[in-house]
Amino acid sequence: MPALFINVEVDEQVAQDPALAAKLTEVCPVDIYAQKGDGTLAIVEENLDECVLCRLCIDAAPHGSVRVVKLYEDGSVLQS
Amino acid sequence: MRFFEYESRQIVAKAGIPVSRHGFATTPEEARRIAEEIAGPVVIKSQVLTGGRMKAGGVKFADTPDEAAEHAAFVLQLEINGHMPRGVLVDSRVSVKQEYYAGVVWDGIRKQPVMLFSDMGGIDIEEVAETHPDHVGRGWFSNLTDVSDYQAKQVIASIGVTGAALTRATPILTRLAQLFVERDMTLAEINPLAQLEDGSFVAVDAHMDMENEARPRQKQLLKELGVGDEETRQAREATPFELAGEAVDAASHRGVAGNVTEFDGNLGLVIGAGGGSLTLFDAVRAHGGKPANYCEIGGNPSVEKACGLAKLVLQKPGVDKIAVMMSIVSNTRVDIVARGVIKACVELGYDPGEKIAIFRIPGAWEDEGFKILERYGVEYCDRSVSMHEAARRAVEKIGVAA
Repeated sequence: MPALFINVEVDEQVAQDPALAAKLTEVCPVDIYAQKGDGTLAIVEENLDECVLCRLCIDAAPHGSVRVVKLYEDGSVLQS
Repeated sequence: MRFFEYESRQIVAKAGIPVSRHGFATTPEEARRIAEEIAGPVVIKSQVLTGGRMKAGGVKFADTPDEAAEHAAFVLQLEINGHMPRGVLVDSRVSVKQEYYAGVVWDGIRKQPVMLFSDMGGIDIEEVAETHPDHVGRGWFSNLTDVSDYQAKQVIASIGVTGAALTRATPILTRLAQLFVERDMTLAEINPLAQLEDGSFVAVDAHMDMENEARPRQKQLLKELGVGDEETRQAREATPFELAGEAVDAASHRGVAGNVTEFDGNLGLVIGAGGGSLTLFDAVRAHGGKPANYCEIGGNPSVEKACGLAKLVLQKPGVDKIAVMMSIVSNTRVDIVARGVIKACVELGYDPGEKIAIFRIPGAWEDEGFKILERYGVEYCDRSVSMHEAARRAVEKIGVAA
């Protein structure tokens, strides 16, 4: 079942960067991010609703490139 | 956790308290051998974690080893209150001059252990306390400092025991108090504590209950007694519902969804927070509600854990609605629990606004949580509404539904 409460949007440039993908994977306390075999970023769909709105991913990526969307609040966005 | 009598005897003996000669047997042959070693009249006692052994025929007297084996064969196959015996205790029949009672129990009101001593042993101490209160001595003591003989002596002397009996009983009560603290007991009881014809004292029966949470601290003792990790020693076996609750808790390391206990009502409860569970459970009952379960959530559970618990409760046969209630939370996040319980409803195909009778969790991240609840049309309240009032509203709703 798709996430009910949270979605994350990551710019393609960030998602394709193995170094940034590793950083996002490391900072997320609830494992929303992972790295694929080639090092690029994967979003772990089943963990999206576990997001604790900590902003660590937003702060780890370049300005505005990671956005956390609150689906329960008419799509309001957390971003840097 | 409860101990069998034969284990309690070992615990008492390890503390340096004299016990009557005895042995534990799982076959009639073993019982015969122990009776031969005792070389005198014995008592065969069923080893079950339930009361009423004597009435059920689980205690038999034997004068010879053959008789001991015969009685053991009978008692070993005797079910008592749904419990099959672990084995039998073969106990020597001592010649008793007088029976006493010695016990230590946790006083939940004073938050201290209390030593109890009575010169009317062999019967329930509650009964003695009610009918002959002047025959029960009491003395509270600190579990942070060493217990001294003088404290035990005061308790025993307070009921008029003097002379050699006072002198001999004192170290026994002191040691019982020490073992109560050292072994993390909630109850340590010797009843009867027998004074023999020669004036000496021996423990003829013992009952020990240990704090469940102390199991890791008392690993060595449990190992010595042969108690395995898999032995829960609860009053009854866990139901499939309760085992499923344990699985939900174990599936995620974050937070707690513990002590899931099954009841037969129609109002499912997702409750918790620092004693809040007990208060809320009682409040639901006080308002005429029938809880379908008890549980304790807290420690900031994951959405997955809150969802898993809510799903379990929602799917319990007979459950019409759930009430999600806690006292004021500081660690647990309101929004995370809200997500979990709503997710459970949605994934099971229910309308959260219909299935959740009330959501009353004030505290950390409540504004975010309230946004979620509003979005899904769930009735919620903040800390201005008491737990009792929230419980009343939940009961009222389910009453309307029924």
